[in-house]
Amino acid sequence: MLRLENLHTYYGLSHILFDVSMEVNAGEIVCLLGRNGAGKSTTIRSIIGLTPPKSGVVEYKGTDITREKTHLRVRRGIAYVPDDRRVFADLTVDENLQISARETQNGNHWDAERVYRFFPALREIKTRRSGHLSGGEQQMLTIGRALMTNPDLLLLDEPTEGLAPLVVKLLAEQIAKLRDTGLTVLLAEQNQEVSLQLSNRVYIIDNGSIKYTGSVDDLRANEAIRRKFLCI
Amino acid sequence: MDLLPNISLAAFCQQLLVGLSRTTILFIVASGLSLVLGVLRIPNVAHGSLYMIGAFLAYTIASAAGGGTFGFWLALVLAPLGVALISLAVERGLFCRLYEREHLMLLLFTFAFTLVFGDLVKLVWGSDFRSMNAPTSLQGSFDVLGFPFPKYNLFLLIIGPIVALGLWWLTNKTKIGKIAKAAAVDREMVAAVGINVSWVFASVFVIGCFLAGLGGALVAPTQNITQGMDHGIIIETFLIVIIGGLGNIWGALLGALIFGLTDAIGILIFPQFAIVFPYVAVITVLMLRPKGLLKSVW
Ligand SMILES: Nc1ncnc2c1ncn2[C@@H]1O[C@H](COP(=O)(O)OP(=O)(O)OP(=O)(O)O)[C@@H](O)[C@H]1O
Ligand SMILES: [Mg+2]
Repeated sequence: MLRLENLHTYYGLSHILFDVSMEVNAGEIVCLLGRNGAGKSTTIRSIIGLTPPKSGVVEYKGTDITREKTHLRVRRGIAYVPDDRRVFADLTVDENLQISARETQNGNHWDAERVYRFFPALREIKTRRSGHLSGGEQQMLTIGRALMTNPDLLLLDEPTEGLAPLVVKLLAEQIAKLRDTGLTVLLAEQNQEVSLQLSNRVYIIDNGSIKYTGSVDDLRANEAIRRKFLCI
Repeated sequence: MDLLPNISLAAFCQQLLVGLSRTTILFIVASGLSLVLGVLRIPNVAHGSLYMIGAFLAYTIASAAGGGTFGFWLALVLAPLGVALISLAVERGLFCRLYEREHLMLLLFTFAFTLVFGDLVKLVWGSDFRSMNAPTSLQGSFDVLGFPFPKYNLFLLIIGPIVALGLWWLTNKTKIGKIAKAAAVDREMVAAVGINVSWVFASVFVIGCFLAGLGGALVAPTQNITQGMDHGIIIETFLIVIIGGLGNIWGALLGALIFGLTDAIGILIFPQFAIVFPYVAVITVLMLRPKGLLKSVW
């Protein structure tokens, strides 16, 4: 479904991603693991077009979208949940969802009602200004907002970062449910516990390049790799 | 009851009404400026030029329609739309490529446009001043406590709240208004939910400039339409936007009230120094609240 081929991405003059290639197949949850500053967010920003790569190819459902604008990528069915939440703070929860709503042809029918059924906690606070919500509530809202665009592929950038264990558990359950509806997920994480339990396959990124790829079980068995690239 | 020995209550009330009608014009123009500043982050110095073009266009349209009542109403509708059209061309042709530049660049760029628009007005309308009449139904005056109060000013007092209400509805009740609020703070994330931010910006810019044109068309029957009428208004409206809180439309309303009323009342109390009163008010506000009266979006 998604294919990255030899991406080189820069912030200004600093070269961040080196020759990153990845593949995500329909229906999978693929995890991109890496330490602080490894380049996970930059990879995701390259895919959604907020920091387009200088060279390399981003291909989605067989179409080269490397030079396409962000909003057009979203309309193709890629949704983005950023690492720092970024709810539209001046708007209420409900307004956040409404302005993100989009009709699509792909047969997904997310509307505010369905998001509230998916995250019942959001229904209680739908008239509250989203800037005033707790971290967990904001994270549910950013995921709900992403779902409102009716995606086929969801890019999740460290959804559990800084959240209480109970909230992390709830989010993990809901992400698994999303996979069961057929949604494909690319999950960037530092937290191995949650991500390995959710994912089918893993890529490990370090210093801007992919250092390892394999199934979750292979990685679990490979203590040396985990020691080398991840904090255990 | 006399406020000062030689000022009657009636004269005071009359000046108050005059100040409020001035406030209407200032508010309409300043709210457009504030909208563009708040959402697009462009300090659009050419906003005053669009106000001037609005006034000249109103004159031309009204005369072409044979003056009179019909001409006035036609001008009131078409002149702001004409200004909106000009601004759409400028935004799509030039500004939309420059949003990523720093503010100083944008400031210089819009300043260049004040010169271009100034020369265009000179080319099209020449350097003579023009004047146009209010429709007969709005000419003459009412009696307010024994003083005459022009009907046209009363008309302005009705228009002001209508525009304010319209803006409130636009920013709080419509999807484009909510999107604009979100884009003002985080344009990247707005794009990342599939919204074409470029068109959101174009719409907001055009609405803001429409308000400049509307202000120009509304002011046209009350004064001479001249070259250079852009200078005064741009300084005044910038000050209003600054004391109100950058990008805050209600701040623009508050700022316009302060500016319009101190101006009108100042004339009554100290005619020789009238011109300084609004500026003293601005300085006072800024000393007390350097970031403006209401929440600034910057
Ligand atoms: N806007 C920026 N400008 C310049 N350099 C940046 C910028 N954002 C990130 N970087 C650098 O790029 C590298 C990769 O950052 P990135 O955010 O992709 O890492 P990450 O894996 O997401 O880390 P984290 O777990 O902390 O989110 C880091 O060295 C970081 O310092
Ligand atoms: Mg990150």
